[in-house]
Amino acid sequence: MRPKKNNIALFFKQLPKNIFSGFVVSLIALPLGLGLAMASDAPAISGVITAIVGGIIVSILGGSHVTITGPGNGLVGVTLVAITSLGLEGAYAAIICSGVLIMLLGFLRMGNLADFFPSSAIQGMLAAIGLIILGKQFHIMFGHKITRDNTIDYLIEIPYTINDALHYENTGLIYAAAAGLISLAIMVFYPKLRNKYWHLIPAPMWIVILSIGFSYYFELVLHQDNPIAKAYMIPAIPSFAEITTQLPKISFAKIGGLAFWGSVLSLTLIASIESLLSIKAVDKLDAERRRSNVNRDLKALGLGTIASGFVGGLNVVTVIARSSVNVNNGGSNRSANFSHAFFLVVFIVVFSSQLTRIPLPALMAILVYTGYKLASPDLIKKIFSVGKEQLIIFFVTLLTTLKFGLILGITAGVIITVIIHFIINKNVTLFLRHWIKPNVLMFKEDDNKSNYYVSVKHFCTFANFYRLKQKLDTIATDDDVIVDFSMCDFVDHTVMENLNNYQSTFTKNGGHFDIVGLDMHDADSKHPFALRKIVAVPKLFGYNLTKRQENLEAIAKDYNLTYSADKNKNTAFLDPFLFFKTKQANYIYNEIKDDNSDSKLFDIEFSEGEFIAKEVVRTTMLHIDLNETIPIFSLDRETIMDKVYAIAGFTDINFDDHPDFSKRFHLIGEYVEDIKTFFTNELIHFFESNPYYHIESNGSSLLIFSKQRLASTKEIKALLDFGKRLKEVIPKKNNTD
Amino acid sequence: MTNEIFKTIGIGIAFSPNLKANLYEAARLSLFFESKLVLIHVGEQSDDKTQQILDIIQPFSQENLNYELVFKTGNPVDVILSVSEEKKVDLLILGALQKENFVQYYLGTIARKITRQASCSILLLIKPSVLRIPCKHIVVNGLDNPKTKQAITTAYYMSHKLQSKKITIVEEITKQEVAVSIDDDKSLRKSAIIKERLKMREDSRVNSIIAQIPEDYTSNIITKTQSIFGTRGYSIGHYAQYVRADLLVMNAPTKTSFWDRIFPHDIEYILSELPTDVLIIQ
Repeated sequence: MRPKKNNIALFFKQLPKNIFSGFVVSLIALPLGLGLAMASDAPAISGVITAIVGGIIVSILGGSHVTITGPGNGLVGVTLVAITSLGLEGAYAAIICSGVLIMLLGFLRMGNLADFFPSSAIQGMLAAIGLIILGKQFHIMFGHKITRDNTIDYLIEIPYTINDALHYENTGLIYAAAAGLISLAIMVFYPKLRNKYWHLIPAPMWIVILSIGFSYYFELVLHQDNPIAKAYMIPAIPSFAEITTQLPKISFAKIGGLAFWGSVLSLTLIASIESLLSIKAVDKLDAERRRSNVNRDLKALGLGTIASGFVGGLNVVTVIARSSVNVNNGGSNRSANFSHAFFLVVFIVVFSSQLTRIPLPALMAILVYTGYKLASPDLIKKIFSVGKEQLIIFFVTLLTTLKFGLILGITAGVIITVIIHFIINKNVTLFLRHWIKPNVLMFKEDDNKSNYYVSVKHFCTFANFYRLKQKLDTIATDDDVIVDFSMCDFVDHTVMENLNNYQSTFTKNGGHFDIVGLDMHDADSKHPFALRKIVAVPKLFGYNLTKRQENLEAIAKDYNLTYSADKNKNTAFLDPFLFFKTKQANYIYNEIKDDNSDSKLFDIEFSEGEFIAKEVVRTTMLHIDLNETIPIFSLDRETIMDKVYAIAGFTDINFDDHPDFSKRFHLIGEYVEDIKTFFTNELIHFFESNPYYHIESNGSSLLIFSKQRLASTKEIKALLDFGKRLKEVIPKKNNTD
Repeated sequence: MTNEIFKTIGIGIAFSPNLKANLYEAARLSLFFESKLVLIHVGEQSDDKTQQILDIIQPFSQENLNYELVFKTGNPVDVILSVSEEKKVDLLILGALQKENFVQYYLGTIARKITRQASCSILLLIKPSVLRIPCKHIVVNGLDNPKTKQAITTAYYMSHKLQSKKITIVEEITKQEVAVSIDDDKSLRKSAIIKERLKMREDSRVNSIIAQIPEDYTSNIITKTQSIFGTRGYSIGHYAQYVRADLLVMNAPTKTSFWDRIFPHDIEYILSELPTDVLIIQ
C-alpha cells in the first residue's frame, strides 16, 4: 500500500509543473492544430478538437508518460486525400473506422508495427509527407492559392509563385505574403536567438500573437481594415457553444467503396507509425527513463480517434515536437497532456473570435517549416553517409509516395529494401530459408558477472528484427547485455540503427550494451551496412585550426594544459547531471585538460527537443572532478522567470542568514539539509563576490558554464580561473566531519 | 544402469566418399560401448562390396569387434528401418551432408525420413572422421518431459565411456512459460521475478534427476545447468553451436505429423541445420 500512497503524493507534488508545461505546449498546439487542419482541407477548428479530445482520452487511458497527443503532421496528406475523395462527412467516417483499427492493433499487441519497416523507407515516407505539406502550403504562404492534381506539380510551381509574389500589385496580397515570410523567418531564427524572454513563448505562438496584435493595431490605432486580403484570413471559427452543440454529420454511405477503405488503411498505417515512432523517440527524452506501454497507448489513441471523429476532429496521434516541448518544460506525467487539452478549451472559449485575425500565410509558414524539417537536405546527407543503397531506398519510397500515395510508397520501400538485400548478399536462399526461424538465443551467463548474452544467427534485418527486439525488451536497461552477431551472415542498417538506440538507452540507465562479432564482417567487406556502422568516430584529417582554436591552443600552452581539437563522442560523464536529463549531448571538442587535477574545459554540442522544436546548442563548459562526494545541486542566477517557475513548483533553497545570496541565487536540489551544510559561509561569500555561473553538481563532480553559446578566449580564461578558485573554497570532507 | 544402454549399434552403408570415416566412427563407438555392430547395405550382395567393407574395418576386427553384415534390396528407408527392428538395433548412426561453401550441415532426405520414423535412438554425425576426435563437451536438454531422465542418464553414460569432461544441461524457458507480456517497467520486473523462479524450479528438477544417476558416471564430470530463453528445440541447437559442444543429446519428439514439417518445431529445426553431432534418445 505504501508505494501507492507515495505515488499519489508525488503526483500532486509534480502537478503544478505539469500544468505549467501543458500550458506551454498548448501555446504550440493551438497554431499547429489550426494549421494542420487547414492544410488537410478540414475546418480549422477540427485540429484543435483533435488535440482536446486526444489530450483528454489518452492522458487518462494511455500507457506512455510524457507524450502529447493531437493532430499529426504525417496525416495531412492522407486526410487531404480522404476529404477530397469522400467528402468531409465521409472522411469523418473513415477516421472513426481507422480509430477502430488502431484500437485493434493495440489489442493485438502490434505495438512493434513500426519495427517491420526499413528505417530508410520510413524516412523516405516522412520526407514525402514533408514535401506534400511544403508543396501545397508554400503557395498559400506567398498569398498565391493554387490547386493542382499532385504534389510534384505543386513543387515545380514554387519558383513561379515566388516570381509572382515579387510582382504583386494588390496590397492585400503583398501583406499576405509579407505575413507569411515574416512568420517563416520567426520559425527559422527562433532557435538561433537564445534569449530567455524570447524563448518564454514558443515560436508558433509568437506568430499568432504578432499577427493578432498587427490586426488590432490596424483596427484600434489606425482605424483601418486589416490590410491582408480577406481570402487569406482564417475562416470563421465556431464558438465553444457551437462546437459542443452542433456535432458534424457523419456519413457512412461510402463504406462499401475501395476509396473508403484505402483511406481508412492509410490513416491507420500512418497514424500508428507516426505515434509509435514518436513514443519511441519521446521515451528517450524522458528524464525518468520510463518505458511506455505502447499497446495500451495504441488502444487509447484508437479510442481517442473514434471520439474525435464523432465530434468533428481528425486522427489522434502522438506528436514528437509537442512532446519534446513538454519534456523541456518539466512535464513529467500524463497530467501535462491533460492540462494542454484543458488550456486549449480555455483558448477556444475565450479567444475563438480573435483567432480569425490570424492570416493564413502566417499559419502556413509554420507548416512549410515543418515540411522542410521533414524533408531537409541534412537528412539526405545523413542517409547518404550511412550508405548509397540507403539513399536508393529513401528515394524510391519518396518518389513512389509522391506519385502513388502512402500505402504504395511504403510497400515500394519494403520491396526495394528486400531486393537490395538480395543483391548485396548475392543470395536469396539465406533469407528465404531462415526467415521463419527463431534465430535469436538469449541466456544469462552463469559466471559472476551474470550478463545477458544474445546470439543471433543467419541474418538480422527489418524483416526479423522483432525477434531480437522481443528478447532485448525483456532485459532491464541497467543490466549488461552482449549481442553477438558472429553467427549472423548479414545485419542491415535498420537493425544497426535500432541497436544503437538500445545502446544509448542502456548507457544512460547505467547498463552496458555491447555488440560483438561484427569484426569478421568487416574483414569480409561483404556487409557494407555493418561495416559503416562499426567505424566509431570518423577521423578528420588535415583540417586547419580556426583562429579561436589557435587561441585555445595558446591558452593551453600558457596554463600548462593539454589541448585537443578532435570531436569526442564520449560524453557519458555528462549524463548524471540534471542539466542533461532532458538534453542529448552530441559530442565535445576543443578540450583543454589538466592531467593532474581532473578538470577539463571543452566546447560541447548538445540538442534539446525533437523535430521542429529541436534546437542544437553549442556552448563551453568546465568539468571538475572532485574525487569526493558532495550533495547534488544546481545553482544559477535568480531571474524573474525563476520566480514564475517557483509558482509552478520548482522550489528555491534559501538561507536565512544570507538574504543577499538567497535573493540573487537560485539553488535547487533534493536533499535540502545536506546542501545547506555544504554551502558554508566561505562558499557563499565566494559566490556573492564573483560573476554568475551556472554551477551543477552530480554528487562527485561539478559542471560550470555561463551562457548557452561558445565562450570567447577571455571568458575561457575567466572560467578556468573561477573553477580553480572555486575548487579551493569547496569544503573538504575532513573539514566537515 | 548397466553398461549396456546400446547393445546393438546399426549403420547404413552407401559406397560414398564418406564410407571409411562413417565406418570408423561406428566401429569405434561399438568398441567403446562393447556392443555389436550391424552394417546394413541396401542393395545386392557381392563379394566385391563385402571385401571392401571388411578391408575398412579390418583394424577393428583385430580388436574383437563383434559385427554383422546385412545386404537387402528395396526402399532404403524401409530396409534400414526393418533391419534395425529385426536385429534389435538400439542406436542407429546416420551421416549428415555438408552444404557447399557453407559451414552448415543438414540431413539428406533419406536420413531425415529414418530419423522421423525410427523407434530406436539415433546418432547424427556431422563430421565423421577416420582419426578419433575426442568428445569434450556434451550438451543435453533438460526439458520437463518423461524422456528427459533417459536423455540425461545417457549423456552421463556417454561422457563416462567417451571420457568427456563436461556436461551442460540446458533448460529451455519459453515465452509462454514466463506468461507475462512486457509492456512497461512494472511488467518487466514481474517477468524477471518469474524467470528467476522458473530457473530455480528447473534447476531443482534437473538436480533431482542427476541425483538418481550412479555416482560412477557423475563424478569426474563437470556439470553445469543453463537456462536459455528461446524457442524450444531450436535454441538448444543454437546454444550447442555457440559453446562448440561436441555432442548434443535430445529427447525424441513425442509425435511428428504432417503439420510439424510445415511449421517446424523441436527436432525438425535441429534436422534442418545440425549444429553438431546429435544424439536423439528414443
